[in-house]
Amino acid sequence: MKRIRGILAALLLAVALIALFPKVITQAPYDRQFREAAGCPPSLRFPLGTDDLGRDRLSRLLYGTRLSLLLASASALASTLLASLVGAAAGYIGGWCDRMVMRAIDLTLSLPWLFVLITARALLPLNVSPLLSVAITFALLALVGWASPARVVRAAVREMRDSDVLVQAKAAGCRGPRLIALHILPQLKPVMAAQFCTAVPIFILSEANLSLLGVGVAEPLPSWGNLLRDIQNQPSLTGGVLAPLILLVVVIGCFQVVFSVEDLHS
Amino acid sequence: MKSLLTIAASVLGCIATFAAPAPELRFCLHAEPKTFNPLLVDDDASETIRYLTGGVLIRVNRRTQELEPHLALSWHVSDGGRTIQFRLRPGIVFSDGTPFDAGDVAYTFKALMDRNLHSPTADPFRSDSGDPQIKVPAPDQVRITFPAPVSGLERLFDQVAILSSRSPAKDRAVLGPFMMASYQPGVEVVLKRNPKYWRHDAAGRPLPYAETVHLYIQQNRDFEMVRFRRGELDLIDTLSPETFEQLSRQMPQAVRDLGPSLESEMMWFNQVPSAPIPDYKKAWFRSANFRRAISAAINRTDLCRLIYRGHATPASGPVSPANQFWFNSKLSPQPYDVADARRRLAADGFRLSNGRLFDRDGHQVEFSIITNAGNTAREKMAAMMQQDLRAVGVQLNVVSLDFRSLIERISQTFAYEACLLGLTNLDLDPSAQMNVWLSSASNHQWNPNQAKPATEWEAEIDRRMRAQASTIDMQARKADFDRVQQIVAEQAPFLYLVTKNSLAALSPSVRNASPGVLRPQTYWNVENLIVAQNQ
Repeated sequence: MKRIRGILAALLLAVALIALFPKVITQAPYDRQFREAAGCPPSLRFPLGTDDLGRDRLSRLLYGTRLSLLLASASALASTLLASLVGAAAGYIGGWCDRMVMRAIDLTLSLPWLFVLITARALLPLNVSPLLSVAITFALLALVGWASPARVVRAAVREMRDSDVLVQAKAAGCRGPRLIALHILPQLKPVMAAQFCTAVPIFILSEANLSLLGVGVAEPLPSWGNLLRDIQNQPSLTGGVLAPLILLVVVIGCFQVVFSVEDLHS
Repeated sequence: MKSLLTIAASVLGCIATFAAPAPELRFCLHAEPKTFNPLLVDDDASETIRYLTGGVLIRVNRRTQELEPHLALSWHVSDGGRTIQFRLRPGIVFSDGTPFDAGDVAYTFKALMDRNLHSPTADPFRSDSGDPQIKVPAPDQVRITFPAPVSGLERLFDQVAILSSRSPAKDRAVLGPFMMASYQPGVEVVLKRNPKYWRHDAAGRPLPYAETVHLYIQQNRDFEMVRFRRGELDLIDTLSPETFEQLSRQMPQAVRDLGPSLESEMMWFNQVPSAPIPDYKKAWFRSANFRRAISAAINRTDLCRLIYRGHATPASGPVSPANQFWFNSKLSPQPYDVADARRRLAADGFRLSNGRLFDRDGHQVEFSIITNAGNTAREKMAAMMQQDLRAVGVQLNVVSLDFRSLIERISQTFAYEACLLGLTNLDLDPSAQMNVWLSSASNHQWNPNQAKPATEWEAEIDRRMRAQASTIDMQARKADFDRVQQIVAEQAPFLYLVTKNSLAALSPSVRNASPGVLRPQTYWNVENLIVAQNQ
């Protein structure tokens, strides 16, 4: 199992590296429309073929991977930090603070987040660059994604509150932010890491869902979501049409195996 | 031995006769019908049922676009378009055997025009305040007088299914080729042949040929496609270019490209004076030179070729060539001409610097275009326009919004810069477009609800549209509406992009089909359709 996990981690790293440096693999810009070559099958010039508008599928896949991975990781990080802050405060302070946070968590979890995101997206200014619009989309994802990990963090902190380590630290005069920074947060690291690793694939799939509905990443930027959406409209699934789907399944699968939550907790 | 064989053959013949399924036509409704009351129809599914079950006085032939007498033997429009008199066909009975006469027409029309009913079918008849006068001079004659002229009056009767005033079955008594048999919500509507239908074929056989019509309620177009391929459906009225291509590979004999439809794609700029957008952008959008420059920079041929896979044509204006009478054939689509676009922009003081366009005050030319999320074709069109406009230095941002938000922006808050949407003119007559072209109208999208026309050319459109609506002289109406189309082409308040082709699928087992571009494309002559026994 350890060996398999090593191989999958290497695969994940390779995907991340290629996505970070796509120009090593392809020189074609992701948004350039080679209209005379639209819908071409794979060739030397276009290894995965071209889409309906003549854009290089390989280039779009690599840039889309970069965008999806980077922004999903960024929003997973943001949501984990937010969850840690809120969850740690609720768990440590307890009382009215805990009750309020728990109600806020319940409320957030009960929201139909897809509709919330679509509504929030509709209220945003229109004249923003595609990159900023996608950053806003992922920020919104982070904003609605904090509740579930916050509950886990709160539970962990509550368990920790009466632990011998904290009692000793308090007896030694360590309190407030110093106590949180020196004694609570270091012990929360595995929980936070587990929540982060759980959140990344969730955010990747959330972006894919939003883009499938047409409210995710705006043209001409590629992402896994809008590349998957393109599959819907293909008369045939030959060539590189299925490449984004395969890559998505591989990456999510690798994430689940490499960062298994049980192992991270232990 | 011989007699035994004869008996065996007879028995087998009888079994075969009983086992053979009755000829039935099967296709899909894409939503639950909202009503079975023909006077309240406002959705496609209900309209299908009304078309198949309702008898009308006059029918528009979907192929020739000419009017054909149905329950009316003849009609006469007089009094400058205020009065229409019908002479009814004798000997017709409703599906339950109740005789049909002028009283039924009067009853139906009174019910239709009842303001408490809020019938969408009645709206086009309301030319002025006041109710129409309905008179029955004889059992086979009816005269309707409107308070003001109604342009294209006769065509409107294509939508009015006649109800029985005396039948005990009331709304179940119909005059159309089929009548309701059963309805399972979410599953299907079954119609059966009306044995009392008045039409016969050339050989004198009663119509319709099909015994039943199965209308499966199926929202998912992919499932519809699978069922058609399996032979479980006989026709599909509208296909996307992608499914058309798929099907043409697997069943080339089943697909039909019927040529330009009545559906077009267009974009427009927000010219509402109170819109919450910067003043310098409003100035760009109000300039005809700017609008025409953007129009010239869009490669419509590529849009048709790549997005619609060749099943579309560059649009020349608000009327599709499918609308044979009203189309202004002197207009041609805006050609793709980057040099012309640059010339027009330069004439307005725009200058290109490092590949970016700036106005005379130094503002970079960048605007957003909104479209409805989920419409892949429009999103791809917007992506292609992004690249086209980059050639003239314009930065275009594409924003997909859910439909409700989009409608709110274009009709209430006006918080948008440009919009890409589609247009379907189901009614061929230009009077149906009054709510778009009049400057005071709410659907005058680029600048709706104007107290008085903001520009001289909008004032002329108002005059021409009112003039064509107030006469029944078809040549005068045509001249007025041709001029409206010409003004629209010159001023480009709407940039018409493509006219989509009408794509349909018909099983080879359906005979006598003669699909046209008007809805319903494939089954408009449903009584003549012969369906070979379904597998």
